[in-house]
Amino acid sequence: MTYIIKGETGDWELVIGLEVHAQVISNAKLFSGAATVFGAEANTQVSFIDAGFPGMLPTINSVCVEQAVRTGLGLKAKINKRSVFARKNYFYADLPQGYQISQFDLPIIGEGEIILDLPDGTSRTVGIERLHLEQDAGKSVHDQHPSKSFIDLNRSGVALMEIVSKPDMRTPEEAGAYLRKLRAILRYLETCDGNMDEGSMRCDVNVSVRKAGEPYRTRCEIKNVNSVRFVMQAIEIEAKRHVEVYESGGDIVQETRLFDPSRGETRSMRSKEHAHDYRYFPDPDLLPLEFDDAFVEAIRATLPELPDEKKARFVETYGMTGYDAGVLVMEKETAAYFEEAAKGRDGKQVANWLITTLFGGLNKKGLSITESPISPAQLGQLVDLVNDNTISGRLAKDVFEIMLEEGKDPAVIVEERGMKQVTDTGAIEAACDAVIAANPEKAQDVRDGKEKLIAWFIGQVMKATQGKANPGMLQEILKKKLLG
Amino acid sequence: MSLDRDTVRKIAFLSRIEVADDTLEPLAGQLSGILDWFEQLKEVDTDGVQPMSSVTDAVLRWRDDVITDGGIREKILANAPEAMDGFFTVPKVVE
Repeated sequence: MTYIIKGETGDWELVIGLEVHAQVISNAKLFSGAATVFGAEANTQVSFIDAGFPGMLPTINSVCVEQAVRTGLGLKAKINKRSVFARKNYFYADLPQGYQISQFDLPIIGEGEIILDLPDGTSRTVGIERLHLEQDAGKSVHDQHPSKSFIDLNRSGVALMEIVSKPDMRTPEEAGAYLRKLRAILRYLETCDGNMDEGSMRCDVNVSVRKAGEPYRTRCEIKNVNSVRFVMQAIEIEAKRHVEVYESGGDIVQETRLFDPSRGETRSMRSKEHAHDYRYFPDPDLLPLEFDDAFVEAIRATLPELPDEKKARFVETYGMTGYDAGVLVMEKETAAYFEEAAKGRDGKQVANWLITTLFGGLNKKGLSITESPISPAQLGQLVDLVNDNTISGRLAKDVFEIMLEEGKDPAVIVEERGMKQVTDTGAIEAACDAVIAANPEKAQDVRDGKEKLIAWFIGQVMKATQGKANPGMLQEILKKKLLG
Repeated sequence: MSLDRDTVRKIAFLSRIEVADDTLEPLAGQLSGILDWFEQLKEVDTDGVQPMSSVTDAVLRWRDDVITDGGIREKILANAPEAMDGFFTVPKVVE
């Protein structure tokens, strides 16, 4: 898949790198014992450490370390058994310490990789540069007062994993696929809930453009883009801006920008002009973070089956396409639903029902797979009813719609509404005879060679039997009766 | 190593310390003196020596992931110059 911006001076390609801040799932914060639950009343989950009181010392949370290592293993990355915390210095109202405890030249996790599943069915590997642990800042609320900003420090000190990709992506679609895949891996590992709406996964986007074969040009960083769709939009818009600037004789300056989705533009964040002078230095309050191989191996032993492995297994076991398997494993809840429904059945057929029919139905009702009114067993039973000829494929869709509304077993619905397929030859023959007798001219037309009209007869008999006639039998009987 | 006025002005800005223009020059001299003094350390050959992170044999202490703190909003806000509805309040900072 290529994505090229056609400029007046020729073709431009995109260079994209992403920095994702993923909130670590833990009970307490990275360096304090205050809680991390989202949505608590302002400043009720704050310790003196999180509020930057003088003399307070940080102590690292063991689970946060485990979660970072776990994520590193999931990204097939180098685990650094010795890493160092550093202070990143800047002033902002929601950063009470005046610095963020982060990691700089010695992060806990080094290079790894993520395999992207692209919509056209191909795969592509994107490099991970590093993952480091750091503290989150507090939250500023600007809409409560005409002249004041309100500061809530509940988020201050919560553990984040900053996951930095290599500048390996070339299209907005690849950036979207990267985010979706990273989110899936984090959710499988249960190291981050991946909820972009609540801000537990946030994304900074680095974009530049270049002519084919050129080295990298200057990049701009778009801060805090909070949905996959916006990330893709922001990349397109920012890349176009670069091309326009270059082609009108200008130059791109390295800067931090903000994406405004309502105006469809990015703009410079002037307040961040000096922000890149962070004066990192090793935090004198913290000794280096060290652990041994046994610590890493104990975590490795508890890793779940990850999306790529699950996908390969689905293709292998159920004979489905890589694309379908990719769709099913994107959310681990969907994969679990599928495996439950496919137990003892034709997996390909169940996957088909799940992807084309159940997803559509849930989407229409705004429900997630875990809220599905149709249980995995019930979806499986529906497939069984089609396979043993109890209902026709056409009526199965109707049964499905009723299941979606009422949540009943398909067999019960078929029984209650008399939707069982008619496979009794006599009954189908009688229905055919009646339609032929009522339309003698059309019947003659068929005999005179207009065989296409048979479809019309099939439709009429189906209507007369409320769709319950077995389609195969019906076609055979009609042909015999009309053409002999 | 010698610092010029502009560098001192920038450091002061980054540190949010107000420095009057007429003190930039003397400050530059004093800070340069401090840096020169530390630069004597460069005379020591440190090839192949691991950076030392502690003078004792201490290792980083780890904590269990349990909630042991928080729920002290009054104390957290007690010294705030301004607070309202459980929040710290500051002059509006918005882009």
